[in-house]
Amino acid sequence: MYKYDNYDQTIVDERVAQFRDQTERFLAGKLTEDEYRPLRLMNGLYVQRYAPMLRVAIPYGLLSSEQLRMLAHISRKYDKNYAHFSTRQNVQFNWPALETVPDILADLASVEMHAIQTSGNDIRNTTSDQFAGIAEDELEDPRPYCEIIRQWSTFHPEFSFLPRKFKIAVSGATHDRAAVKVHDIGLYLVKNDAGEVGFNVIVGGGLGRTPFIGPSIRPFLEKQHLLSYLEAILRVYNRFGRRDNMYRARIKILVNDLGKEEFTRQVEEEWSHIKDSVLKLDQKEINRVKGFFTSPEYDKNAAEDSSFDEAEKSNKAFSNWAKRNLFTHRVAGYKAVVVSLKAPGIAPGDATDEQMDHIAELADQYSYGEIVVTHDQNLVLPNVKQADLFSLWEKLSEKNLATANIGLLTDMICCPGLDFCALANAGSIPIAKQINEKFDDIDYLHDIGDLKIKMSGCMNACGHHHVGHIGILGVRKKDEEFYQLTLGGSAEEDACLGDRLGPSIAKEEVADVISKLLDVYVELRQDEERFLDTYRRVGITPFKDRVYPKTAVKEKAYANN
Amino acid sequence: MRIIKDKKISDDDWVIARELDDSAPIPEGNVILPFSYWRANRDELLKQDTAHAVWIDGDIETEELSDDLGQFSIIGLDFPAFKDGRSYTHARMLRDRYNFEGELRAIGDVLRDQMFFMFRCGIDCFQVSEGKDAEDALKSFNDFSVRYQAAADDAVPIYKLR
Repeated sequence: MYKYDNYDQTIVDERVAQFRDQTERFLAGKLTEDEYRPLRLMNGLYVQRYAPMLRVAIPYGLLSSEQLRMLAHISRKYDKNYAHFSTRQNVQFNWPALETVPDILADLASVEMHAIQTSGNDIRNTTSDQFAGIAEDELEDPRPYCEIIRQWSTFHPEFSFLPRKFKIAVSGATHDRAAVKVHDIGLYLVKNDAGEVGFNVIVGGGLGRTPFIGPSIRPFLEKQHLLSYLEAILRVYNRFGRRDNMYRARIKILVNDLGKEEFTRQVEEEWSHIKDSVLKLDQKEINRVKGFFTSPEYDKNAAEDSSFDEAEKSNKAFSNWAKRNLFTHRVAGYKAVVVSLKAPGIAPGDATDEQMDHIAELADQYSYGEIVVTHDQNLVLPNVKQADLFSLWEKLSEKNLATANIGLLTDMICCPGLDFCALANAGSIPIAKQINEKFDDIDYLHDIGDLKIKMSGCMNACGHHHVGHIGILGVRKKDEEFYQLTLGGSAEEDACLGDRLGPSIAKEEVADVISKLLDVYVELRQDEERFLDTYRRVGITPFKDRVYPKTAVKEKAYANN
Repeated sequence: MRIIKDKKISDDDWVIARELDDSAPIPEGNVILPFSYWRANRDELLKQDTAHAVWIDGDIETEELSDDLGQFSIIGLDFPAFKDGRSYTHARMLRDRYNFEGELRAIGDVLRDQMFFMFRCGIDCFQVSEGKDAEDALKSFNDFSVRYQAAADDAVPIYKLR
């Protein structure tokens, strides 16, 4: 993984000093609350419902065991012994005291971490594929480009006060595991007819109140032009993005208002001025950064192991886990292991200090000391020999980290909701709990198979409900929590927004309604169809009729424009 | 007005005409005029043998000034609130695209903690807000000794030095 040199370290150290000074000025009354707000926000520090929340960047989700141990330490020393991994591959601490935040940042800087641009109207942490570097379907490892973007965007003098926040995702694989098309800028590594690898540039995707699947504005961009093209897009956005209404300020609105053709024309015109400037990337620099993302020395004989097959045959619980929580590795005899942070009764994405230390230990022992945060709020150990899987599973089980539910109904994406967030209209975590209690039969869950439930406590859509196979959106009616369901969304290469099922439902009915939807699926599915496939084949009507038997009114599709 | 110019505190006699009707007589002395006033009275103003200065906000595009840049010794860039970042792009366009060599002066809500970014975009003069400690503000230029990107201050990105 990327290692800081003196320059990188100086920047994060100076950031700590700067924020310490800003916080001291605030606490001394020299800065007003209004003046301090944008400064703390640029350091990922929000003031939430009960306490401040600190969001820490995990660039493209990649952590070393040393860094994970530091997160455990921080949760112990400054917080309530747990941390929350977010859908943006970041980590959040929910209870730090404001005056300790400079110390937390100093602790983070000691392990090459920071909270720079984890909030504010700036370029946020670049996200990527959790299986980057080991996936079989990968054309090229996207992480070097994420790191190049991270450096270019860090304290970018021109783009630190954009109309709104700005999120970039990069994927190098055929199967999109990074939700590329619902980002402000999404980049797919692709090959052109001449066999060269470059980027397909998607702009203006996003969720929130006005969801859009982003269009491609340049199907092939040479790598050397990556930064100049990003700069051209950001410049057009910074000049012309709306600033009068924060709900219309994301780049997706600008792209949609101008139309893809006109937006593209403006970007290309801007680009023509800066394309051959100092922004042009040296191949030498690309190679330098690539040099940090090399493969470990894999064991050539790893595939000769037979213990894995035997354990799968003889142990049902292990085989359930192996079926769901392992991901095919490009090297024979290795697997990527998904560590589930979705155990029943636990808020999705939460890990305790003890669990984090435990995972760090296992990463050192079994996976070359690396851990990846997924945008589904789980963790990945990317390089595990199959001969080690059974003992790893046993050790994960000791700390409630081996729930065999990856990709299943209970592997929900969930925002912090009303329990923590100042914006939320309704709870998410209690609904996750309700669903977990209702669907506690592992065989049933495995029978239902792949199902992505995504849940947001308000229309800001941090839980990505629009792109859930089943999306759940918390709304408030007469001061009571209700939930609006959508069906058929996807954040992958076949990205599309879910259709609205019907009127919102009461809090206590959510799990029962999901149960009805699953009954319809089980009755109608053919062969190996997933829930999403059946939905796409049969449409919304049978589902709607089951949930709203008397009021099967025709509803306009929620957001398919 | 109290300013920070080339990282030093000083006073100068320029005043900013925040509002000036296009039909008003040409003001006396060193006045930074609204760009709309310049446009309306361009011919008259050009007859005067004095230094010219205008200010723009985010709604005026730098393209609109490009023909007259040689006339201005100062261009004021307005920062009406910390959130409005359009003037950062204005500064870069004026420096990088139009090679404006006169003074770029940040006016409006100029916050100490944003001066580092403004300076990097090519702004070399800062109006000091009332009640703010200018000495204190000077420190912010030293917040970061290393910058990743090339901008108006650094000719090349840091990676070229690695």
